[in-house]
Amino acid sequence: MSEQDDPNAPGQNVPAQRDDTGDLIATRRGMFGAAGGGDTSGYGGLVRTVRLPGASSRPYGGWFDEVADELEGALEEQGLVPATVIDKTVVDRDELTFHIEREYLPVVARTLRDDPALRFELCTGVSAVHFPDDKGRELHAVYHLRSLTHNRLIRVEVSAPDADPHIPSVVDVYPTNDWHEREAYDFFGLVFDGHPALTRIMMPDDWQGFPQRKDYPLGGIPVEYKGAQIPAPDQRRSYS
Amino acid sequence: MTPSPSPAEASAAPGPRETTEGAVYTVTGGDWDEIATAAAASDDERLIVNMGPQHPSTHGVLRLILEIDGETVTEARCGIGYLHTGIEKNLEYRTWTQGTTFVTRMDYLTPFFNETAYCLAVEKLLGITDQVPDRATVIRVMLMELNRLSSHLVAIATGGMELGATTIMIYGFRDRELVLDLYELITGLRMNHAYIRPGGLAQDLPPGAVDQVRAFVKKMRKNLPEYDKLASGNPVFKGRMEGIGHLDLAGCLATGATGPILRAAGLPHDLRKTQPYCGYETYDFEVPTADTCDAYGRFLIRLEEMRQSLRIVEQCLDRLEPGPVMVADKKIAWPAQLALGPDGLGNSLDHIKKIMGTSMEALIHHFKLVTEGFRVPPGQAYAAVESPKGELGVHAVSDGGTRPYRVHFRDPSFTNLQAMAAMCEGGQVADVIVAVASIDPVMGGVDR
Amino acid sequence: MGLEEKLPSGFLLTTVEQAAGWVRKSSVFPATFGLACCAIEMMTTGAGRYDLARFGMEVFRGSPRQADLMIVAGRVSQKMAPVLRQVYDQMPNPKWVISMGVCASSGGMFNNYAIVQGVDHIVPVDIYLPGCPPRPEMLMDSILKLHQKIQETKLGVNQRQAAREAEEAALKALPTIEMKGLLR
Repeated sequence: MSEQDDPNAPGQNVPAQRDDTGDLIATRRGMFGAAGGGDTSGYGGLVRTVRLPGASSRPYGGWFDEVADELEGALEEQGLVPATVIDKTVVDRDELTFHIEREYLPVVARTLRDDPALRFELCTGVSAVHFPDDKGRELHAVYHLRSLTHNRLIRVEVSAPDADPHIPSVVDVYPTNDWHEREAYDFFGLVFDGHPALTRIMMPDDWQGFPQRKDYPLGGIPVEYKGAQIPAPDQRRSYS
Repeated sequence: MTPSPSPAEASAAPGPRETTEGAVYTVTGGDWDEIATAAAASDDERLIVNMGPQHPSTHGVLRLILEIDGETVTEARCGIGYLHTGIEKNLEYRTWTQGTTFVTRMDYLTPFFNETAYCLAVEKLLGITDQVPDRATVIRVMLMELNRLSSHLVAIATGGMELGATTIMIYGFRDRELVLDLYELITGLRMNHAYIRPGGLAQDLPPGAVDQVRAFVKKMRKNLPEYDKLASGNPVFKGRMEGIGHLDLAGCLATGATGPILRAAGLPHDLRKTQPYCGYETYDFEVPTADTCDAYGRFLIRLEEMRQSLRIVEQCLDRLEPGPVMVADKKIAWPAQLALGPDGLGNSLDHIKKIMGTSMEALIHHFKLVTEGFRVPPGQAYAAVESPKGELGVHAVSDGGTRPYRVHFRDPSFTNLQAMAAMCEGGQVADVIVAVASIDPVMGGVDR
Repeated sequence: MGLEEKLPSGFLLTTVEQAAGWVRKSSVFPATFGLACCAIEMMTTGAGRYDLARFGMEVFRGSPRQADLMIVAGRVSQKMAPVLRQVYDQMPNPKWVISMGVCASSGGMFNNYAIVQGVDHIVPVDIYLPGCPPRPEMLMDSILKLHQKIQETKLGVNQRQAAREAEEAALKALPTIEMKGLLR
């Protein structure tokens, strides 16, 4: 019997990972969300890692190489080393993502907007994502930039640790991000340095906490029916 | 019973409050004579007027904070968030399929655009974009274009009402009812449909739908010129709209404004043409533009877009071929086609007979798929559609689970509303209404 | 709120009650309180096809001071709640509230941090109207039911008596959680 067929070999009895490469963002245990010994399913010992698509290597394909070349070239012209500015470049699902070190975000944004070969004139705002288990890079800010001139769309992603949730603002490059950054601050507590008036926008001014972070509860109330009570959606058992 | 003053009246005493910027009068109603006297007593002509969040001529619960000097607006700010619903957070506690039920309620005037954008993002994450059946895509396009009609009709109707042109409002809602009849026939609901699902549609078109849509297109062709007759050449209407809410191309790009606002500045940017999705590149239609950069141009563009939408709807009807409306992958497609029961709702009895009587595995599969949902490979995707208001983008992140990890909507109303200040400052107070109406913000989309 | 509240109980008061109820129900002025999706259906109800004017109610008042019915149409957020209460307080008595749609009635599907779980936490509600959103016909039905309720409104001593009885009945009623049986 070869090792492949041995059912007792380590790793044989767990569902295959879709991808063992990529960035680890979380580790899950068990299967039915039951914690504290209530899991009788037999899957309590299951350990599953969650990985986002990792860095890609060249060629990226299509116009992605051209944009990456132009960006790296333009950064070099400004005396910057692309490898220190661009953390990594990810190509996934036909989308190009530049992970940028946060302190270089304004210069990258300005380059992307102003370089004639890049010309990403339209920023579609910032979307924040909270990965509590992605240690040191808990808060991600994701920008989608659209070039009307070249008809392209790219994604720029920066991250900040929870302990120091600061990201430079790009409002002076893309004024449209004014409200978007306020929204990301309101929901995630990301502080955009250099924003002209970073205040709450959706929640009341005296609200405590940042409601769309993963460590903030959904805040629902249990609903009463005849003889029964249904807990709020985030309090129910769920599939992990 | 002795009438007691309500808290609002009690606090309305217009005494000045000293701040670092001088005396500030806070007005929440009450005796206007006293307020006017107090304002006249100070040399400062500056008044800060709060419009909304509950005001009959703002679009929904929008609060406008206007600093006015006489009749001129010197500074305009928006207060939003009065309809913040936490939909993006709620999505994280439901399966990917249930997500459509939530997103359809974001911008409640463009439900099909929300659903399609969300489903396109989920399909991209799943990698099944190419597997969505043609019939489902054609029906999606048809519903989106019908939706463009109903959304623009409300934009024109409420915009007219806010100007005091009540007839336009009655016309707009009359024609919108015709569209809603079609929605009801096809999806079962007048609003908030959750009809478009990841992978396809909830169910196929009912019998007779194609004929009804054809009859509607014919009727709408007759009704649309009435708006031209009533409004387009009307000197009062033009007088209120022309040159109002001016925002040029540079302003549009800076504030990120898209949709009719951008096209009224002369740039024919329409995602249906530039970044086609759902096969829009195969349809024959034009993107109307104007070079007036004002509210009147936006009104004309909306009218013309409705005509183009009718053209697209007709083309959709012509290319509807019989076939499935859901992806073939049984790990994603829900197993049961819904069937109409005596109570107006219900599952297919044949399917229930099968899973309860003959196939245990089918029952387990059904149960798992409906309660647990399907798993979506980790990663992120951005899908954008051209909603009647502009670029509606969805940023969806999956962690490999059965529920969205994070879904963010880039709603065009939210972004376009930022341009309000640029449009209103320096203009008259009365023109603020026109400018805001020409942006056509829907607060459900702005606040989500 | 005026003389009619001071009348002694008996034949006269009953007659005045009927007259006042008839007058009040025939000219209800709703305040515009459109919040979300339901507001669009509320506007539809006022527009051509459904034509609320048939019930003497087509005039939606912009000012709460001229209105006696608040149709809370849509989800009420935590940020909107104080505003809603203030508008309610500005309405003169007698006033009524229709909670239109599930979100206004109970929070509906938005059981989360942002939405008030039922507008009855901040204002007293006369009619709860289910639906997401309710059809215009449903809104009209609720309005007709409210008309009936207004017609039967008691005045003065009778009103206080009715309020006492309603409170006693409510105190005796079985809480939902302790009820048995099917979910209906």
